[in-house]
Amino acid sequence: MFEYCTDPDVLSTFEWFSCYLTNGKHLLFYKSFGLIILLLFITAPLAALLGLLAAVAIKSKSLLLRLFSKAYANIVRGIPDIIFFLFIPITIDQLIEFTRHKIKCPEIVDSVWQGSDFVVCGAAKLPLNSDPQWIHDIYGFLLAVFSFTIVYGAFAANTFYGAMNSVPQSQIETGKSFGMSRKQIYTSIIFPQMWRYALPGLSNLWMLLIKSTPLLFLLGIQDVVYWARELGGSKTSIFHYPHPDWRVWYFLSLLVFYLLLTKISELILNRISKKIYLPI
Amino acid sequence: MVCNATIEDYALRSIGIGEKLLPKSDITLCDQFVLIGSGVIWNLYFCIIALAFGFIFAILTAILRFNKYRFLSKAIDIYVFIFRGSPLFIQFFCAYEIFVLLPKIGFDINLLFTTITVETSWLTKAWLGAVLVLFLNTTAYSSEIFYGALKSIPKHDIEAAEAFGLSTRRKYRKIIIPTMLRNSWSSYTNEAIFLFHATTLVFFSSFPAWRQSGDALYYASYFADKTFNPFVPYPIIAVYFISITLLIILIFKIINVYFTKHLPKKRKMPIKLFTNMVR
Repeated sequence: MFEYCTDPDVLSTFEWFSCYLTNGKHLLFYKSFGLIILLLFITAPLAALLGLLAAVAIKSKSLLLRLFSKAYANIVRGIPDIIFFLFIPITIDQLIEFTRHKIKCPEIVDSVWQGSDFVVCGAAKLPLNSDPQWIHDIYGFLLAVFSFTIVYGAFAANTFYGAMNSVPQSQIETGKSFGMSRKQIYTSIIFPQMWRYALPGLSNLWMLLIKSTPLLFLLGIQDVVYWARELGGSKTSIFHYPHPDWRVWYFLSLLVFYLLLTKISELILNRISKKIYLPI
Repeated sequence: MVCNATIEDYALRSIGIGEKLLPKSDITLCDQFVLIGSGVIWNLYFCIIALAFGFIFAILTAILRFNKYRFLSKAIDIYVFIFRGSPLFIQFFCAYEIFVLLPKIGFDINLLFTTITVETSWLTKAWLGAVLVLFLNTTAYSSEIFYGALKSIPKHDIEAAEAFGLSTRRKYRKIIIPTMLRNSWSSYTNEAIFLFHATTLVFFSSFPAWRQSGDALYYASYFADKTFNPFVPYPIIAVYFISITLLIILIFKIINVYFTKHLPKKRKMPIKLFTNMVR
């Protein structure tokens, strides 16, 4: 990064650290913090939307829709989220590749599950082996977003369901007696009012979401945990910047990052909830 | 059933009893059911130990904070902030690295009949290190739950106790702690479920599974890797987890009935199936 960094062996301590902390791999490490923020801001609205849809489905008249959405909301919350983070990406991956295999290579009649292997033809692979690395990265990230959305959608569904039921029943009855349709009751009575009841639950969900972002590591994404392990491990003298095992410092810095993130979120959420103070 | 042989070999595999080698090829449904079930032993062990100690220490810390001892309360506040504000996953990593760096010392503890040597290297093993982290984590969350409940105890209840001349000890035992537990029980149920779910993180953070004895998820992902078919092991582990979650809810409900047996039906706090997960 700096001009004097060409030969790290002769630098003073301060200069050594200024070079060490700005080398290429560290810049990737800093970028991965951005990845977490990006994941948070993409997943939160998607999960909220899915939760809203599921909550409306739980209250719907169709038995099938009701059963399905109730099962979704309850089953997902009864199972540790990490199981879903391991299960969903591989499942989606196999589903897509299986479908593409059937379409693109109909001439191969062998089963795709051969013993302990999952074999699809080269053209059915997604992303293709020949694709550049960034496509693989984006594909992995999208799978992660999808998994987080499914899990947190179930949590949000429950919050929204509770919030919708908190809207005073008399108002809904008034709406009905005015001859409003179900859709009108939702759009002009329930939706505008449910937010204040949903806010405490949603704030809590946001905190949960923040605290589950390091699990990105398990999805094989080069996130903060990956880089902390990678950079912190002891480096012998064949590296430019040899150092002993510093992983504990890297993980402590991650701890501080998350403490800041949750503290700032808490302050902002407290402000919002004060603004829409709710006399219950 | 042909499953008997498998049960003999693998039912206690996760605690090191039985067949050494894990099934490598020709993995049957039975193998998966038994081995994943064997892993559940670890999850239950982590959950029960951490919850039991966490419960006691959470009540203690909550009372300390409630009484506003200047430095002690502040210290507990900071501890709770750190453990509630950061992800458990990162806490596992941090703790493990710290445990690894600890000097390897053995302490002799002289019990009357025998001497046991406590080694710091045990902390790098899941059975002690991970339990310690889970314990600290659940204590922080439960402490916050109980502290909130303490603050909402009606003042006049406490004043009445004092007016009756109850000693501090009896005031806490008869009035304050029971009221606190009653008011926070549904949140605490929630915390227990969350803790049980969190036990699956242990072997996926840095704690190594010694001789391939891991928890349920460790074996489930082992099978998913080996068979390349996620549709069998993950639903199996899901069944285990949902049933134990339901069992936890049932147990806490029974305790809740005991707590509230003197209350009229209207004032009883129902624990709903899968309430809002708050953590």
